[in-house]
Amino acid sequence: MPGLEDLYREIILDHYRTPRNRGELETPPAHMAEGHNPLCGDEITIYAQVENGILTDIKVSGQGCSISQSSASMMSQAVKGKSLAEVQALVHRFKVMMSIAEDPEDGPLVEVKLGDLEALQGVVKFPVRIKCAVLSWNTLLQALQEADI
Amino acid sequence: MNTNLVDWAAVKADFPVLQRIIDDQRLVYLDSANTSQKPHAVIDAMADFMRNGYSPISRSAYQLAAEATDLFEAARAKIQKFINAPHVEEIIFTKNATEALNLIAQTWGRENLHTGDIVVLTHMEHHANIVPWQMLAAERNLEIRWIPLTVDGQLDLTNLSSLLTGAKVLSFTAMSNVLGTLTPVAQLCQAAHAAGALAIVDACQYVPHNVTDVQAWGADLVWFSSHKMVGPSGVGVLWGRRELLHAMPPFLGGGNMIGDVRLDGFTCAELPSKFEAGTPAIVEVIGLGAAVDYLSKIGMAHVRQHEMNLTDYALRTLDDRYGTDICIHGPRDIAVRGAVLSFAFRGIHPHDLSQVLDQKNVCIRAGHHCAKPLMKLLGANATARASFYLYNDESDADALADALDSASDIFGL
Repeated sequence: MPGLEDLYREIILDHYRTPRNRGELETPPAHMAEGHNPLCGDEITIYAQVENGILTDIKVSGQGCSISQSSASMMSQAVKGKSLAEVQALVHRFKVMMSIAEDPEDGPLVEVKLGDLEALQGVVKFPVRIKCAVLSWNTLLQALQEADI
Repeated sequence: MNTNLVDWAAVKADFPVLQRIIDDQRLVYLDSANTSQKPHAVIDAMADFMRNGYSPISRSAYQLAAEATDLFEAARAKIQKFINAPHVEEIIFTKNATEALNLIAQTWGRENLHTGDIVVLTHMEHHANIVPWQMLAAERNLEIRWIPLTVDGQLDLTNLSSLLTGAKVLSFTAMSNVLGTLTPVAQLCQAAHAAGALAIVDACQYVPHNVTDVQAWGADLVWFSSHKMVGPSGVGVLWGRRELLHAMPPFLGGGNMIGDVRLDGFTCAELPSKFEAGTPAIVEVIGLGAAVDYLSKIGMAHVRQHEMNLTDYALRTLDDRYGTDICIHGPRDIAVRGAVLSFAFRGIHPHDLSQVLDQKNVCIRAGHHCAKPLMKLLGANATARASFYLYNDESDADALADALDSASDIFGL
């Protein structure tokens, strides 16, 4: 059995206890999407403000476990201020790390670094929790898709 | 009742998976409301049938097939006796309990429910007793009414008669899979009938843990699953009053359910075949028969008393140890609750709790338990749930209490 220290790294617990970018944005101009994990009932809402191809602001609301909440918090920090191409590349990198990218070898060519997000690497050893970690990322994609950008 | 008549340590030893050691720790299985473990008796009956007796049932003349048919039909008779059904042909085997309620909604429901008709459910139902009605309601434009809950998680029957006024059906659980609440089944069946409504009982959480008497309940239709009562998965049971089942149209069409088939149509078989299209789960039904034998030998009254003692012990242990840090949902009175404990603990998300408990091999469920409307009432997206069965003992409740401490350590709360 993999140890819990792989899962509950200090930085993850820090983001869980003190989530960044919590709140809501006015829609419109911001785009909004709701994500649900039908297995556990976790809910997350992502607000994304896009100006001239840049994700200028992002807010997260909803409730969930430490993995879904910390992943959302770290994601919000990582994508804020990035171009949409960089955001797509980050999503791809993150999904590769979570072992669920459809085309791990063939993602966007834009250079991006996961940074703190690498702390979530250990989630892969707990397959049931991968859905928790990815929930906010899919919801962000959904918000951007609904904005048709 | 003296539960010392049963050697509960020997009962525990009957379940091979509970002897398993993972990372030098024993398994503490507290997820029986989800699905139960299987004793040697069930595993052996299924393996023995597959090794020595497997064959089709009901349709071949050779001795092997006759033996298999006898075993299969004997399981039906065991279920009949177990729930005190008047007639053996009233026992219908389905794929699972969920299919049983879908059968009811799609046959009785489609035949009898039309625009504006009223279906009454409760706020503590499992999705299996909500969604099939909602599907039918969308198609037929039905009204669904809900019996609310009291603050301690029992059914609030204050306005029962007005809720039932004009209703065609009352469909409700005998025991909540989240709160553990036992509902007053006979009283509800009587109230339904007084209002001219059919009484349908979800007995999935009840039958595995209690003496069941469908006649004493006065119910019209009752459904439950094999896998929660130490039997295998893949089988559900529907019991219905014979006249009612006769009047219901068939469900799935195909082999076994027909009386005759011609180019211009078909006639239905007699009960129970009418509702059992296709080859059934032969091995699993025989396994269920062995499960009924196993439980009957111990005695369901003993099982219930054992679980009451254990629930009382677990509630006291968790309260003594954690006081207001733990919030256990549902009624405190063990006379009206089964051995299901849904709880919130120190603000730690149930998913995280179950993950930490898993390190101690303590298996609990975390999530919405397929009862999202109820979770909304509880003000939570999810709860942690520990559920006990005949093979659990006080040491399992202690292991749960100990493991909760380690969750506090990690989350620093």
